[in-house]
Amino acid sequence: MTTSGYEAVIGLEAHVELATATKLFCGCPNEFGAAPNTHVCPVCLGLPGSLPVLNRAVVEYALRFAAALGFRVPDESIFARKNYFYPDMPKDYQISQYEEPILVDGSIEVDGVHIGIERAHLEEDTGKTTHMGGGGRIHEADYSLVDYNRAGVPLMEIVSRPDIRTAEQARAYVSELRGVLKALGVSDVKMEEGSMRVDANVSVRPVGTEAFGTKVEIKNMNSLRSLGRAIDFEIERQIAALEAGERIVQETRHWDEADGRTHGMRTKEGSSDYRYFPEPDLVPVAPSGEMRAAAAAAVPELPAARRARLVADWGVSEADARVLVDVDGLADFAAAAVDALRDGAARDVANWCTGDVMAHLNETGLSIEVLPLAPDGLAELVGLVAAGTISRNQAKDVLAECLRAPTRPAQVVAERGLEQVSDTGALAAVVDEVLAANADAVAEYRSGDDKAKKKKRGFLMGECMKALRGQGNPQLLNALLDERLA
Amino acid sequence: MTDGSAPITRADVEHVARLARLALTDAEVERLTADLAAVLDHAADVAALDLDGVPPTAHPLPLRNVLRDDAVRPSLDRDEVLAAAPVAEDGRFRVPRILDPS
Ligand SMILES: [Zn+2]
Repeated sequence: MTTSGYEAVIGLEAHVELATATKLFCGCPNEFGAAPNTHVCPVCLGLPGSLPVLNRAVVEYALRFAAALGFRVPDESIFARKNYFYPDMPKDYQISQYEEPILVDGSIEVDGVHIGIERAHLEEDTGKTTHMGGGGRIHEADYSLVDYNRAGVPLMEIVSRPDIRTAEQARAYVSELRGVLKALGVSDVKMEEGSMRVDANVSVRPVGTEAFGTKVEIKNMNSLRSLGRAIDFEIERQIAALEAGERIVQETRHWDEADGRTHGMRTKEGSSDYRYFPEPDLVPVAPSGEMRAAAAAAVPELPAARRARLVADWGVSEADARVLVDVDGLADFAAAAVDALRDGAARDVANWCTGDVMAHLNETGLSIEVLPLAPDGLAELVGLVAAGTISRNQAKDVLAECLRAPTRPAQVVAERGLEQVSDTGALAAVVDEVLAANADAVAEYRSGDDKAKKKKRGFLMGECMKALRGQGNPQLLNALLDERLA
Repeated sequence: MTDGSAPITRADVEHVARLARLALTDAEVERLTADLAAVLDHAADVAALDLDGVPPTAHPLPLRNVLRDDAVRPSLDRDEVLAAAPVAEDGRFRVPRILDPS
């Protein structure tokens, strides 16, 4: 997309918290929400004499990610110390990977476009600082409090190439990446809870030119929506600045969700001199062929393949397949319902899932595992409609009840007396009764013009439905009326 | 940083000291400039060797893949941990103001 002759060049850095049981270099639990400083030990507190030891699961997760997205895994990778003074790390350095990351040169396909991923490296998360006084803002605070539970939690930083051109594409990239990481079981990837954080490098250049403009890093976007908004704002800001004859300053800017703008941060000269050097306390990682093969074997079906399969096998739209696969557990739920199906089509199952079930999940904020409706319950509902026992409209009400409380569709149908009368003999008896009782209308139907015929036929159909308290099978009733009035 | 004749200047030493948050006296800067120059001279001697085909050494130990299983081990007692801190508050480490208000 271009705006007034410019195009944006965007690269994304995603920090993903890995879903291990323990931290990156020590056996403290990697667990969200514990009381402050209860998950700390000499290693993650950086006490003298302690030594970090790398978590095997982290290497396995990285290798699984590599196998999924075609990264090259160098023979060896090493850890480095990133030195800085800030109380979120008790050691005054963060152990990260700098010159030789564990994964290089991957890519992911997003809506038919390959987005390159330059590298993915491992590093430890930092502690959490809370600024006291001054409204909680660091510049005005009186002092700060630090909780080191998160210090040392394993992160994988995934750095895309500057292959992204629009905010929309950036969102789609992150969404696809999340889906892959979730399918691999290596992270919860919840942006809102901080288990995935995404920073964006944004620059603009005149359309048709090759050289990159000055890039600005934007941070602090905590949802896909704010990522998109922040990038759009930044693109417009830079274009406006260039149009006004200003120069873009290379800097880090913070996204402010409330005012919908990015703000430059006060940074000191030379503050980014991290003096990286190889971490002497950790030896290189050299994944064996065996480890690589085991990781490759642990890669499940990825979201793109699963969507394609749902489109092919169930006949659902690409958009519906995306909803099924993106929403936690929804595709599995639908697949279990399809397996339990005796009557009806897989596509009907999918339609209920992306329609009424999704609407219920959105409305209540519940996840699919806690619904009182089991997959075979949905299969039963689809079966009741397919067999003509209830109409689609009735099925909506039945489903609503099954989503509210633990019951079965067949039970709701029985309790409410909703069964359609589909017994041809019983329906024929009612039709005959109605025709006999409305001989005038029948006579007017036979002698009338098309308009009169239509009117009288509608009246007779209504009388039949009334006699059946609305539960006659409409197709069968129509057929019987046609036959008798012919 | 270097201009060939002087491998390291006083300004370099002061810069590195600032990055490391070290307060050095003039005499210390003087002495460290000479000491670090000797270290850099030694590095220059190594760099002058023909090292084609010698892979860079990331670590002196001939070890690879020192890994531990992903199994939880007990953390420390919080009271004990915070007792070692100069100041604690509300279960957390209390640290001085991080940035100047200026
Ligand atoms: Zn620990």
